[in-house]
Amino acid sequence: MTTLVYDHSFEGLLTAIFDVYESRLKEVNIFREGTNVPAMFTETRVVITDTTKAARVMRTLADRLSPVAVRQFYKCFLSGLPEIEHTLLGYTRYTLQQLVPAERNFGHPDVLIVHQTSRKVEREKHRMEAFVRFSLTADQLYYSIIQPDYDVLPLITRHFRERYADQRWLIYDSIRKYGIYYDLKAVAQVQLEFSTHANAAESAAVLDEKEALYRQLWQQYFNSVNIPARKNMKLHLQHMPRRYWRNLPEKMPGGKLPLN
Amino acid sequence: MGIGVMEKVAILADAAKYDVSCSSSGSKRKNLNGGVGTTGNGICHAYTEDGRCVSLLKILLTNFCIYDCAYCVSRKSNDIRRAAFTVQEVVDLTMNFYRRNYIEGLFLSSGIFSSADYTMERLVQVAKKLRTEHRFNGYIHLKTIPGASDELMKEAGLYADRLSVNLEMPTRESLALMAPDKKREDMINPMRYLKTAIAENREDKKVLKKTPLFAPAGQTTQLVIGATPETDYQILWMADKFYRHMQLKRVYYSGYVPISTDNRLPAIGTPVPVIRENRLYQADWLLRFYKFQPAELLSDSAPLLDLEIDPKLSWALQHLGLFPIDIHTADYAVLIRVPGIGLESARKIIAARSFGRLDLEQIRKMGVVVSRARYFITCRHHTERKDWQSQQLRQHLIDGMTSRFRNNFTSQLNLF
Repeated sequence: MTTLVYDHSFEGLLTAIFDVYESRLKEVNIFREGTNVPAMFTETRVVITDTTKAARVMRTLADRLSPVAVRQFYKCFLSGLPEIEHTLLGYTRYTLQQLVPAERNFGHPDVLIVHQTSRKVEREKHRMEAFVRFSLTADQLYYSIIQPDYDVLPLITRHFRERYADQRWLIYDSIRKYGIYYDLKAVAQVQLEFSTHANAAESAAVLDEKEALYRQLWQQYFNSVNIPARKNMKLHLQHMPRRYWRNLPEKMPGGKLPLN
Repeated sequence: MGIGVMEKVAILADAAKYDVSCSSSGSKRKNLNGGVGTTGNGICHAYTEDGRCVSLLKILLTNFCIYDCAYCVSRKSNDIRRAAFTVQEVVDLTMNFYRRNYIEGLFLSSGIFSSADYTMERLVQVAKKLRTEHRFNGYIHLKTIPGASDELMKEAGLYADRLSVNLEMPTRESLALMAPDKKREDMINPMRYLKTAIAENREDKKVLKKTPLFAPAGQTTQLVIGATPETDYQILWMADKFYRHMQLKRVYYSGYVPISTDNRLPAIGTPVPVIRENRLYQADWLLRFYKFQPAELLSDSAPLLDLEIDPKLSWALQHLGLFPIDIHTADYAVLIRVPGIGLESARKIIAARSFGRLDLEQIRKMGVVVSRARYFITCRHHTERKDWQSQQLRQHLIDGMTSRFRNNFTSQLNLF
């Protein structure tokens, strides 16, 4: 049994898969750096990320798979779920064995897991496109702090760049400690030293003078469109799970409502 | 008047909330002018406690109205607080909500003040200001005012993504009873105008790419159900007709929320017919995506949808002779008629079955509701042994249901 350890990057994982083939490893596990690797009876190797090797694996996959399936493969990686590397290696092996496009054989366990996991990541991406709430600062930056289940910032970049092309914005993932920042020209990844109490950044001093007003208007609106006669909390929670509430002005506890 | 914007939002959002449409999909406006906004598949940014999606800023320009439609909360004779936004106030709200990613765009409707054209003109002004002064490329849905002129409809189509004319009542007779001032023609005519204008625009666009967009997300309508005595069969038959003849994107069914003591209407406190509304939507989907005809689901002698089970299951139980079908050989059109198999899982089955025979566990993982589908299919290691009678199977399935509906359903029955 061999254990490959890679550096958390997508290229790193692809390099690891390359090494599996190059060294003809049969019994192999791939882990991210820092995971607790069960050390017994295994030889551990550190993968040195190599963009050329990574590109070759990518090209091979792209030859065998549809663009949609290649994208699913990437989304699975972004899920960061434990043992997803194992699934992706199995998926790669199965794909390379088959003469017909293997991605459509939903009867194969790895194919199905890739399909389902990428759906979960896709759903989280969609949720973030929905649940990002910008606040406007005094220097006209729209910023938002999120805690998504998966690493979806790379997936939502394009949507926000196209939609909010004429305003500066920042979306910060406080779990993974990085953000994406748009400066009216391009989007860049940024590392920021936010205090752990991210809300401290929201002191009224740095916010635009109208920010509080529009937040209140939104809360008022949210409350007024509800039809109490049709109350259905189960459905409400299904669509807006509680873990997202802390970044949603309309669901903030003590969100003061001026009327009603 | 001196009412603040906050209070206007409270009054005019409250008055608009009975309009059920909140869809922001179907358009493909891109942000090409360096402005703000895009449209696509539509995003629900929030959900209210009644479980409905909040995608658009849905408000009335004003709830002052010269009409007295019995079912409407803004009717002239109703003693409620009235308010009116200025054009600029709506524009500011939309832009500021949009820039904070609260909404996908604006759904603007209005009570009718002074005249149809006067009202429609203001709605168009809001859309025009957003598109031209603010380079806003988000979603705009305008409600068209019955009786508004073709010129205004045309202008509205140039700025809006979607236009809708509410039919309000399922039949001419109900409309005459509930809204004596309104005529069905006032709704059909603009609908017909839009149908033609949209079709022409799509043709022009094929020839000349630069043709400006005209209501790219098409037109829809809405009707109130449960306020008047129409059967589900009448409603579906009518919806089907409008889908075919008016090329509507959607027909929305709004379960009547009792808001009036008018004796033509169900009394206040009558429960909202949510289950019936849900069954109608399910049947509507069967018409649009599963290629069912209204007459396959209902008939003059059985004109009401089964409230306890969904319309597809109900149909299958009445046609047990067509089942079981073999999932390895059945066509797509047959697969999607199996209870528990949807469009997506049918596609997956067809893709996967060329790799080998499938068992129940595999199709369950593909999203098939096996607990239901198993009585209607054969597959690897599975044929239903018991020879079920329709009634017996219906009861068996109902007993096994732990659906989220169940509680709702029983609690509603208890009210009678």
